[in-house]
Amino acid sequence: MSRRRTTSLAALMTLAISPAPIGHATEPNDAMQGMDMPGMTMPTRSIVHVPKPGAEKQTKASATGKKTQTQLMRSPPAPNTAQDGATPRLIGMSGMSGMSGMSGMSGMSGMSGMSVRSPGQVGSARPGDAPVHYINGVMPVMDQSRYFHGLLDEFEARYSGRGGEFRYDAQSWYGSDYDKLWLKSEGTVGTSGRFGDGDHEALYNHAISRYFDLQTGVRVDIDSGPARAWGAVGVQGLALYFFDLEATAYFSDRGAAARLQGSYDILLTNRLILQPQAELNFYSESDRARGVGTGLSDIDAGLRLRYEWRRKFAPYIGMTYSGVFGQAAAMARSGNTTVHNMNFTFGIRTWF
Amino acid sequence: MLRTISRSPRALPRRRFVTGAALACAAPRLLQASPALADAWSARDVVIPKTPQPPPLASSSFSLTVETVPMTVHGAHLDAAGVNGLAPAPAMRWREGDTVRIDVTNRLDEATSIHWHGLRLPADMDGVPGLSFAGIAPGETFTYRFPVRQSGTYWYHSHSGGQEQGALYGALVIDPAAGPVHQTERDYVMVLSDWTDVAARDIVSNLKFNSDYYNFRQRTVGTFARDARRDGLGRAVRDRLRWGAMNMAPTDISDVSGVIYTYLLNGQPPDIGWTGLFRPGERIRLRFINAASMTLFDVRIPGLSMTVVAADGNDVEPVPVDEFRIGPAETYDVIVQPQSEGPHTIFVQSEDRTGYARGVLATQFGLTGPIPPMDPRPLRTMADMGMAGMNMGGANDKHEAAGMNMPGMAMPSAHEKGNGAPAMTAPADLKTGVEVQSVAAEPMNRLAEPGDGLENNGRRVLTYTDLRATRPGTDPRPPSREITLHLTGNMERFIWGFNGKKFSEAEPIRLALGERVRFILINDTMMEHPIHLHGLWSELENGHDAFRPYKHTITVKPGERLSYLVSADTPGLWAYHCHLLYHMDTGMFRTVVVS
Repeated sequence: MSRRRTTSLAALMTLAISPAPIGHATEPNDAMQGMDMPGMTMPTRSIVHVPKPGAEKQTKASATGKKTQTQLMRSPPAPNTAQDGATPRLIGMSGMSGMSGMSGMSGMSGMSGMSVRSPGQVGSARPGDAPVHYINGVMPVMDQSRYFHGLLDEFEARYSGRGGEFRYDAQSWYGSDYDKLWLKSEGTVGTSGRFGDGDHEALYNHAISRYFDLQTGVRVDIDSGPARAWGAVGVQGLALYFFDLEATAYFSDRGAAARLQGSYDILLTNRLILQPQAELNFYSESDRARGVGTGLSDIDAGLRLRYEWRRKFAPYIGMTYSGVFGQAAAMARSGNTTVHNMNFTFGIRTWF
Repeated sequence: MLRTISRSPRALPRRRFVTGAALACAAPRLLQASPALADAWSARDVVIPKTPQPPPLASSSFSLTVETVPMTVHGAHLDAAGVNGLAPAPAMRWREGDTVRIDVTNRLDEATSIHWHGLRLPADMDGVPGLSFAGIAPGETFTYRFPVRQSGTYWYHSHSGGQEQGALYGALVIDPAAGPVHQTERDYVMVLSDWTDVAARDIVSNLKFNSDYYNFRQRTVGTFARDARRDGLGRAVRDRLRWGAMNMAPTDISDVSGVIYTYLLNGQPPDIGWTGLFRPGERIRLRFINAASMTLFDVRIPGLSMTVVAADGNDVEPVPVDEFRIGPAETYDVIVQPQSEGPHTIFVQSEDRTGYARGVLATQFGLTGPIPPMDPRPLRTMADMGMAGMNMGGANDKHEAAGMNMPGMAMPSAHEKGNGAPAMTAPADLKTGVEVQSVAAEPMNRLAEPGDGLENNGRRVLTYTDLRATRPGTDPRPPSREITLHLTGNMERFIWGFNGKKFSEAEPIRLALGERVRFILINDTMMEHPIHLHGLWSELENGHDAFRPYKHTITVKPGERLSYLVSADTPGLWAYHCHLLYHMDTGMFRTVVVS
């Protein structure tokens, strides 16, 4: 569990891009707990008590007998709120340097640049229009709700002639339509009991187009091998023709790396789904300690047939392939580990 | 005495519903005088609370207690939000010209509200938390009091969170001061709804994760093979590619389906069914109210012609039809006159054909009419994508990639005549993006179409052009400006809005008190959106000039462009939104400010 790379990440983190519009704000009283976001812009607001004039309503059963309406007054929009179109701006993700291995994944506490939106403060308001005062600050629609989802995409046992392996690949995200904290983790426990391919990422995720999100953050390789840390920038989303795609570039003082992951759901029926999937890893520099070589280093691919017994619970069977190439293959041969590996696989895919 | 009324069905209320003194006195006599009513109350074999019909006499003072009402349908249990022990909430009858007073007490452990759907009233009586008032906190009582200036079939429902999905809705019948235009021997409210034990928030969360979550009728390898056999391999492949290039699917009909919904008619699931009694030859007025959260319904009574006499509470010139589509929040009054004993099945299919609600018109309880098979489910076409030049029917060889280049599509500015208020016209640069999955290239007038899945089905199906008011409109002025709104959304992300923005990102729509405005709606999405403007009438411009129908909810078809006139005659903050609950919740909402 080395942390030695994390300090060098600070510079890389300035790559983090937040295209979110400036000056948007949300209802501060919704579920913000658990996300300490120093960079967030919040509206200043003040609660004032205004007697509601001319109201016919009577509020009975009010023990205190208060007849005043608490109204939420918003401060007038800041001068720069008019730029709703939002050009991207650079914001350092300063809060992320506290990451320490696996525990840092869950404890990640800093997400600067998350900006949130406020009603009545954007758009082309004509001068002189008074802002709408929502009574008691109650919003008629809560369209800024945050959602928490997790996907255990691969949770599987793999068997080949040489023995068994266990592999998992999981993602989890929390946030609004535009801004999310996105965690990814994958790893393989090999035949020897060695935990390999341990890749864990914490990303700030921002929606940038119809189907794609931009992700920036950190990746740490933590497994039985020596630990590595990287800055990460990538996109994830739905390419046309419903093709699920993740493409991420990684940077560290050891060079650069890239990962391309794709999958496609072929609906045999509405519940029986055949999914070809592949993950390719590229590196600019070899890393002998981790068995990584320059160029295309490894591929992990599968053809899985799942049955969505429930949408959220789908057992599957399939064939998976894992292989190393080029320098990595040479390292594998000299280390007497397998170069190409075909496995019979079964597992479950589940999410919440 | 009153208890006889409200207690008969087993699961009925612990609290009194009607406190009107007039009714209390009149009730016993009416029970004897009205065999239909007495029969209706004597049904004791119901499993879940049935929505009672409105009492026969109007009242002006009501006490409603919003509380948790256990509700079980097909073994699924829901702690519904109901009124006076009833879920769905009970029906009320008011009288035009009265001033009604309704005390609403909240016995839930969360805030609630009651919105009087389609009613013209002071803004602070409209019941929308944040706009009209602060909502009704737990334990509190809020008193609504306002004059009733209209008549017809309306309804009421909660405007708080998911309570509307959780059965907090009821029928509202307002008797015209001048007496009914159409004499009928029977009069029933027909509350249609979609019921589920899944919490509203979970539904939205699931749709945010996977917008196909409730759609188990997507295209598969099997349907591809079928289409290839029927249309040829090349055509089937091209059709797949065309939809795939948009990341859309023609099988997207309803976001939430019969997978979790049980469709109810007057609170009754289809296996039990609701029964309306009649005698052959009688004229029966059926007041259909679509109280569903997410479902458009297609209504017919096989073998009977229905005469549509009112839409959204307002009288229209009678239109004989075999079937009509009713969007969420709309109401239609129809009159039927069965000559035979039947029983006549009232068959109410969901638009996506994943289920139906059912009722029966019969001469006694316990009779069940034949249940017809459901119609083929509709598929979206290129017309639904706002590509008017495309022939209907999806796979058409003549129109290939040229029309399909979605991202670059421009708005049809040529369709906009006149210069509306610059602040409110649609952005000319409306482009696809996070919140805009597509922009209709050629939106078209679809008012004369019955809707997806109803074309050429051999029946007379109601269209919006059939609706002609019986009286000319009250405001003859031409509109002084136009407000163009695109109905936009991204199904994949499940974000909905107007002009590419959800509520929280947008300015309110501002109207000057007294001004007359034309709203132009362009539906850029592939789904219907029933757009509801609170507090003011929406006069649909459907070719009948001064006799345009007054509606409170207008269902805009996919790829459609339509317009309606609004007289901003009541000041205040009004809600304006899609009445598909989860479209509203995810942003298809605006505040309209009249000042």
